[in-house]
Amino acid sequence: MQKTRLSPEELQSNFADIHPNYTHDEAVAEAGKCLYCYDAPCTRACPTHIDVPRFIRQILHDNVSGAAETILDANIFGGACARACPTEVLCEGACVDQARAGVPIEIGRLQRYATDYALDRKLSFFEPGKSTGRRVAIVGSGPAGLSCAHELRRLGHEATVFEARDVPGGLNTLGIAPYKLDRETSLREIQPILAMGIDLHLSSPVDADRLRTLLAEYDAVFLGVGLGVTQRLNLPGEDVQGVHEALALIYQMHQRPYFECPVGNQVIVIGCGNTAIDAATGAVRLGASKVTIAYRRSPAEKSAYNYEYELGKQDGVQFEWYAQPVEFLEENGTLSGVRFIRTRLVEEGGNGRSAKLESIPGSEFVVPCDMAIKALGQSPVLELLGSIEGVEVGRKGLQVDPHSFATSLPGLFAGGDCTSKGKEIVNAVQDGKLAARSIDSYLDQKGASA
Amino acid sequence: MKKPDLSANTAGIKSPNPFWLASGPPTNTGYQACRAFEAGWGGVVWKTLTHDPIINVSSRYGAFDYDGRKVAGFNNIELITDRPLEENIREMAEVKKEFPNHAVIASLMVESNREAWHDIVKQVEDVGVDGLELNFGCPHGMSERGMGSAVGQVPEYAEMITAWVKEVATTPVLVKLTPNITDVTTVGRAARRGGADGLSLINTINSIMGINLDTFNPLPHVNGRGSHGGYCGPAVKPIALNMVQSIAADPEIHLPISGIGGIQAWQDAVEHMLLGASTTQVCTAAMHYGFRIVEQMISGLQHWMMEKGFTRLDDFIGASVPRVGNWADLDLGYQVVARIDQDKCINCGLCYSACEDGAHQSIDIFPTSIEEYEKSQGHALENGSKKKFTTSGGVRTLPGLGDGTVNVYKVNEETCVGCNLCSLVCPVTGCIDMVEDEKATVPHLTWREYQKALADGTMDRMYPKPHAHREWMPTR
Repeated sequence: MQKTRLSPEELQSNFADIHPNYTHDEAVAEAGKCLYCYDAPCTRACPTHIDVPRFIRQILHDNVSGAAETILDANIFGGACARACPTEVLCEGACVDQARAGVPIEIGRLQRYATDYALDRKLSFFEPGKSTGRRVAIVGSGPAGLSCAHELRRLGHEATVFEARDVPGGLNTLGIAPYKLDRETSLREIQPILAMGIDLHLSSPVDADRLRTLLAEYDAVFLGVGLGVTQRLNLPGEDVQGVHEALALIYQMHQRPYFECPVGNQVIVIGCGNTAIDAATGAVRLGASKVTIAYRRSPAEKSAYNYEYELGKQDGVQFEWYAQPVEFLEENGTLSGVRFIRTRLVEEGGNGRSAKLESIPGSEFVVPCDMAIKALGQSPVLELLGSIEGVEVGRKGLQVDPHSFATSLPGLFAGGDCTSKGKEIVNAVQDGKLAARSIDSYLDQKGASA
Repeated sequence: MKKPDLSANTAGIKSPNPFWLASGPPTNTGYQACRAFEAGWGGVVWKTLTHDPIINVSSRYGAFDYDGRKVAGFNNIELITDRPLEENIREMAEVKKEFPNHAVIASLMVESNREAWHDIVKQVEDVGVDGLELNFGCPHGMSERGMGSAVGQVPEYAEMITAWVKEVATTPVLVKLTPNITDVTTVGRAARRGGADGLSLINTINSIMGINLDTFNPLPHVNGRGSHGGYCGPAVKPIALNMVQSIAADPEIHLPISGIGGIQAWQDAVEHMLLGASTTQVCTAAMHYGFRIVEQMISGLQHWMMEKGFTRLDDFIGASVPRVGNWADLDLGYQVVARIDQDKCINCGLCYSACEDGAHQSIDIFPTSIEEYEKSQGHALENGSKKKFTTSGGVRTLPGLGDGTVNVYKVNEETCVGCNLCSLVCPVTGCIDMVEDEKATVPHLTWREYQKALADGTMDRMYPKPHAHREWMPTR
């Protein structure tokens, strides 16, 4: 695999912040457009129910730290969400000013303005609750785990977090395209969260045995372990050198200098979700000369959001629709191309993403490439739980009560991607927060009955 | 279509249009006056002249912004002219020579001494000014020295000085009134008794513009201290309109009016004129945006007049004066209710919270499932409307839709008192209309007539509409 040919400066600028922070005047001008809706649709559309009109009005009235407090009170990862949230389908998609003036208020950017204000000044707004003496173990330090730990601290419980990697933050730190959310920002946001008195153990993977111990040693355990490995296609040549997993490549962009990140000259990305766009735009920005996203369905069924799709197009990413991979081709021990076959919808085969497809005989074609990236979604982590007595694991992963986040085993709770099969950061944050409150009542009842 | 005739005349002072620059910082020099006339202003009221130029302080102006919009209100602690009288007079003569058809009016303020007034009147009239404006209104600085509003607040002084001026003046004399008084008509009448040919109002309002929350200094401040300044700008227009109307409607005054106060767009000027002003004066807006704003004022006035079929200003000056009167003469039987156009409604809920907290609890909120909302809206959500579904990454969004529901707001006409509040706060043009309530049962009569009918025993006591029922004890 060749190293990239771009200079470190070019790479730095390619991965620079895609939406630089507002200036004061920009923020006030935008905030002045907010109508201050009653029972605001934006707030209802936000999974963490941030009081959007309130924080925007706080910005308008030069109370930016108050705005940050409003945001973080509902969503302790307000800074990461401001950068990485698909606002077009959440708060901004619900903004009524779109129906009036044609464009929504830029809620995400205003949120970033407020959270950056607090981040830059190292402001913290919350205090640990009165100690209950209760101890909770949290497995995973991603947005679900740390949101849960933070809320537990506010409620006075001890929170010990076990993280398999050597950095905290999970996907926030390692899994989002760096031009949206970089490692440093993610780690800065985590500092005040940890300062609530969270006991963080890095490089501490938890396997089934360890989980049993935690269940015995702690009053409750929360699992926020995310998802596992990228699904396999089970195609010939899939393990040849040059075939990569999308997330693994994005991890690298956060863990080593850009000039050390692997990238091909001609890159094919398989799949058209948001991670596929992150991987494709990442490859473009690392210096690939041609990047193609191949998807077996039409543009209408892609799971990438419109904003992400536009970003891909702006970066010059090409799209092959109705193209299903059948084989990874090899030459001299490395990848030389991907063979595809054209697909079409089966008549009466339903519609949308679950519609039946058939391949068109004789339509095979080869796209030459020296790098292929699989962006196919990840499998649930089943091995961790399969052997724990009393935990029901369905075919799709861990099952929890949607309100209490309790698993079938008393004292074991879970949330985030490991139960949702992969949603946004903001959903994981809400899961962790609500799970903490549910753990609090569980501990209350346990205390009362003890 | 033929352009309407905008030529204006207040008390014999004639100008090509009714837009004058008020006495103030924009009219301090011949240079500014020339630029103003070139830009299109019809008249210039020169910054107030006096015998000995004053000394000013630094800084002088303050403004307040409203939620991101600059200069909703403005004030100043600048005094009258800081230039020698001879210099001003020489420049006035030159300007008048260059622009013979435009109005140059001298604003005057000297000590309360008959000879001093006689002298300055003669000096400025010698250079050919079109009229005089006596500054009895300036509320800061000069008032502490017995001039400006110190005169304008005492009807006897105002009458006396007006009379002194009229003893020698050969051009029309306008008296500029201060709003810092309980009833502006008392000084208006005094000016009339003193022989004034016309009135101009309002001068600025006593004010403290604000306080700097870091330094605790007042705005504007002079080395840490402030003083009451003269308040003006868009936010004072309603106060000015009320005073202009009360002068215009006063049967004892009956003098031409030059309207001043909060005029920044042509509509503001037309409102002043509908309430009796034959010319208008502008200062803050010119200070904010420069002289070229008069272009939009002239164009706006022309197009409005053409649309209404007016050919000259007299066609509409004063038309709304008789429409203002006592509350007791308003028609109790005129009942309106709010009506929300659901096709236009964007579901922001501002009408609801305004009515609920600020009025009569007569708008109800109906959280509606998206399926039901879509059914009820039908064509309103079709393409072409801004209120439509968007699909992104397989997720369907709609403005106003959050957590699966859209809040629909409906007026309860049984309790709606027709106060206007919801329609005032609604951000969508034409979404909430106030319509006559066909079910209203109150007969058309005024409160005065009602009192008489009650006294005569020809009518029973009437009761207001019922209030909406709300559970109000806090839940514990």
